[in-house]
Amino acid sequence: MRKAQISITYIILTVAAVLVCFPILFSICLSFSDLNDILQGNYIPSKLDFTNYIHAFQTQPLLRYMINSAITGVLSTTLQITFALLAAYAIVFIPFRGKKIIFLIMMATMMIPGEVLVISNFQTIRAWNLLNTFPGLILPGVASTFGIFLFRQNMMQIPLELKEASTVAGVSDFGFFIRVVAPMVKNTVVTLAIYFFLVSWNSYLWPLLSTTEDTVRTVQIGLRQLKNTEAVSDYGMMAAGAMITSLPTLLLIFFGQKRLQEGMTKGALK
Amino acid sequence: MEYVHAPLHTVEAAPAVQKKRLPLWIIYLLPSMLIFLIFTFYPFVKTLVTSFFATTNTGALTQFIDIQNYVTLFTDPKYLQNLGNTFLYLLLTVPLTVIFALLLAVLSCSNLPGMGIFRTIFSSTMGISVAAGSVFWNLLFHPTAGLLNHIVTAFGSKPVGWLTDANCALLSVSAVSIWMNLGFSYLVLMGGLKNIDDAHYESVEIVGGGFFYRLFKVTIPLISPSLFFVFTTALIGAFQSFGLIDMLTAGGPNNSTNLLVYRLYKDAFVNFRIGSASAQGVVLFLLILLVSQLQTKLTERLVTYQ
Repeated sequence: MRKAQISITYIILTVAAVLVCFPILFSICLSFSDLNDILQGNYIPSKLDFTNYIHAFQTQPLLRYMINSAITGVLSTTLQITFALLAAYAIVFIPFRGKKIIFLIMMATMMIPGEVLVISNFQTIRAWNLLNTFPGLILPGVASTFGIFLFRQNMMQIPLELKEASTVAGVSDFGFFIRVVAPMVKNTVVTLAIYFFLVSWNSYLWPLLSTTEDTVRTVQIGLRQLKNTEAVSDYGMMAAGAMITSLPTLLLIFFGQKRLQEGMTKGALK
Repeated sequence: MEYVHAPLHTVEAAPAVQKKRLPLWIIYLLPSMLIFLIFTFYPFVKTLVTSFFATTNTGALTQFIDIQNYVTLFTDPKYLQNLGNTFLYLLLTVPLTVIFALLLAVLSCSNLPGMGIFRTIFSSTMGISVAAGSVFWNLLFHPTAGLLNHIVTAFGSKPVGWLTDANCALLSVSAVSIWMNLGFSYLVLMGGLKNIDDAHYESVEIVGGGFFYRLFKVTIPLISPSLFFVFTTALIGAFQSFGLIDMLTAGGPNNSTNLLVYRLYKDAFVNFRIGSASAQGVVLFLLILLVSQLQTKLTERLVTYQ
């Protein structure tokens, strides 16, 4: 590349980076600022003042909500990965009739947007008395087509002879699954774990519908509540609340970005 | 009878039990299939059925009313406006999200120093939830305390009602949406770019093609599968937008940012018009199906798999 081209690249990227970061940086500034300063347009805090963060935790049980989100995230991620691993294994390694149709039916669920299903799922969960419980929060989403698809892609690279050899050696089917297949797809497990946790932590509509009590309410809905109280005019505190909510997933992105990118590419390329 | 046959049964019991045991594949598939059955297929059929019925406010079916829910929907000017809003929102957000993500990915995929930082920054919005993202932007958009109006008034013009002016609210929401979705699209496209063999670019060096020649003749054709994936995901995601609307505008002002899913939510969970909401769900499903089919047909020729 020529020198001029490199300089232009850097200029465009820097401008874009500032623009992309801006909403977050602005909120970070507000979260450390005094309300009077904000109202006068002084957005740059003079000192590191954690008052807004303390207020945010006092106004809403944000800590409780974060623990709830973490529990929900870990449980649903674990179940999604386990279920997807099992299903993909059956599709790749166990011969049976109608396999193609079952796989196609599973893939077809991708065409149905979740928003269409929430009305009926809400009634189901309510009928089972699972509103305001972790199972109610998690169950409707624990079967993942995307996960099954990605694991299937990954498992198809494992030679079938390996299965035959271990059957001859007397390894049970489940033993082969646990000791041979699962370790071989562990990269995909990590990618999906990051992805599922992100999606779970950030999910909005279903937690809004299925939780009305503090005991299980997730942090996103906590933020929504914070916004719908008079606290909304305490801009510094709102910013602090949003920062608290975002910190875990931002950290996850910083450290898992590469993994996520590799995994997503596999999903995109089919 | 039982007494007499008892010994015979025990002899045959072993193979009989073996036969009755569920086949192995069912055991592995059962967890996922059960969940799909209960929480995807059943509600899908139920929504379809409910859309042809009058309902009580808990969702119990009271009377078959044919396509009356649909007729009411499509003669409701507000719903037609929601449809229009949604299409406008798609047009405003999807192409720009993909174009920005592609440009940033192409510019930042080289091995020049500092690119790692850019990559982290551009993918960071994927870690931001709709709730948090909305709060960030709400603070920027705020009529009096927000930064945007400070900038606007500093330049001598009147403060803008970013989210309160019916002419501008959908544009503002679209801007937030592009920002929110940039991270995911960028990450996928970056993955696609990383998979391109350097040899392709070396041959362009020999021909002596410039930046745009490389972009349109080499890069875009080679990452067309990723591009297609990103485009489809962005499109379906835009149809499903809910959180941003709920957090930023609640459909207002004057219905101008009320999109299909927000309206569905309101009807189902606030106004308790389950029949109508179900019909809206079916319409949403058909729209997404139609648009993604059209897109598949259109891109089938354009996408080249390596």
